[in-house]
Amino acid sequence: MLKILNKITGINNVIENNNLLEIEFDKTNMLKIFNQLKDNADLNFNQLLDITAVDYPSREFRFDLVYILQSLTKNKKIILKTFIKENENIESITNIHKSADWYERECYDLFGIEFVNHPDLRRIMTDYNFEGFPLRKDFPLTGHTEVRYDDLEKKVIYEPVKLTQEFRNFDSESPWEGMENKLFGDEKSNDEN
Amino acid sequence: MKEVELNTTTINFGPQHPAAHGVLRLVVDLEGEVVQRAEPHIGLLHRGTEKLIEYKTYLQAVPYFDRLDYVSPMCQEHAFALATENLLGIDVPQRAKFIRVIFAEITRILNHLLNIPAYAADIGAVTPFLWCFEEREKLLEFHEAVSGARFHAAYFRPGGVHQDMPEGMEEKLFEHFKTLPKFIDDLESLLTNNRILRQRSVDIGIISKSEAIEWGCSGPVLRSAGVAWDLRRSQPYDAYDQVDFQVPVGKKGDCFDRYLVRIEEMRQSINIINQCLNQIKSGPVSVEDNKITPPKRNQMKKSMEALIHHFKLFTEGYRVPAGQVYTAVEAPKGEFGVYLVSDGSSKPYRCKIRAPGFAHLQTLDNLSKGHLMADIAAILGSLDIVFGEIDR
Repeated sequence: MLKILNKITGINNVIENNNLLEIEFDKTNMLKIFNQLKDNADLNFNQLLDITAVDYPSREFRFDLVYILQSLTKNKKIILKTFIKENENIESITNIHKSADWYERECYDLFGIEFVNHPDLRRIMTDYNFEGFPLRKDFPLTGHTEVRYDDLEKKVIYEPVKLTQEFRNFDSESPWEGMENKLFGDEKSNDEN
Repeated sequence: MKEVELNTTTINFGPQHPAAHGVLRLVVDLEGEVVQRAEPHIGLLHRGTEKLIEYKTYLQAVPYFDRLDYVSPMCQEHAFALATENLLGIDVPQRAKFIRVIFAEITRILNHLLNIPAYAADIGAVTPFLWCFEEREKLLEFHEAVSGARFHAAYFRPGGVHQDMPEGMEEKLFEHFKTLPKFIDDLESLLTNNRILRQRSVDIGIISKSEAIEWGCSGPVLRSAGVAWDLRRSQPYDAYDQVDFQVPVGKKGDCFDRYLVRIEEMRQSINIINQCLNQIKSGPVSVEDNKITPPKRNQMKKSMEALIHHFKLFTEGYRVPAGQVYTAVEAPKGEFGVYLVSDGSSKPYRCKIRAPGFAHLQTLDNLSKGHLMADIAAILGSLDIVFGEIDR
């Protein structure tokens, strides 16, 4: 199977790990790759399990876009990964895998990645009229708005989040194990001094 | 120009409707009483679980999994525990594997004991609901005995299970699962040949083999279409390779087949539990490495090192080597997967949860087209929709 995968143009870094294959692919000919993965009888990855992204705000190619496919006949799962920039679009695969519809909508909703040629790219998880992309690392855990029922207006209203106590994110990681950074004053303990 | 009169009615179903199984909002286009389009609006129970997990240590993330599909909590902890163990590169002791399989199967029975009567109630039968809840209560006592909680167990943890089963539990389980097959027979006598149930479910919501695969279906929905696919069999995890069981499949892929598959799965689960109870031996129930498993309370009172480990584990947590992994388990509803990315710290960098119900609900439009409005309740019930896992 590794041999066949390596022959497909645009696929690199194939790693095999028991039933799980990990692959990076080139997004310029991604439709071809997904078609081949599905139609090649020796691969037969005909079930799309999931599409998701991972956000790395400091990188130039900000998002890892991850596709997980399964082959029921070959009993294999495959993780396909590509890297995209912020504001960069990517081709939708809804024409190849029908189930990509909601997965791409979810990815758009939570990360703001736009899929070109998607039939109905709307928000899916978040509230109607929601703004922002919650799973990006720069989106605060507490969110921006909160809702409550207003007795005077007789309806649910949106307000900016009010925290009675400031959000605290403890960094409890200790420097003792696996410490690599040099501490202030370490230079004095060099042999040369 | 010819004028065409459109005679469709659009109605709103849910989000507060007993047959919506939670908070599903459906926008349905009807022509007369025939469904033209059914568009689910989901996300009304979205709690941002994946975001929350990024701010918690691996151990603190476990209870979130109970709250996804709140009908089958332990199976989801299982997927997360396996993913974390995979990244940590550890293997759990035999006894822990068997305990996990026993409780994953109890969870499966619990799930089906809720789904089957809820489905029956949707299409007119009330008695099974009352019967099954009594039986569920008995099984939940086993949950409570090992974890202290009926639902939100947090029992399967990375490295094994939280604590050993209490003394005499194995005999009690053995006794209980002698009586359960009789209950399933009784339940079937109410339903399987019931004329109303058959009228409402045979040939309703048919999904073909290729469609089921194409739409990402798994679990009983995929098996009802005739695909003999079960992760417990094809990619066994924990002790599933040490037990022998059958994978029931349907012929047509209609609502009735899905019901039958679930009934048979309960019998197979009892079979698996009995085999586990025969094979289980005493021994440790979690890895004996205090860098991952917290030390016992009495050790902590005596040993300085144990105290330090305890403190570090419950403040910082353990660090997981950088990497990515996707592990899936055969949850009662289908393939429940966890895609976990670690950056080497003690908190997951990203944890994507693959919920089977999400894929199943997506097929609803496809399944209900051309059926009557009343059949939507039957199809929803047979897909086993729980919003905790779909909305996350």
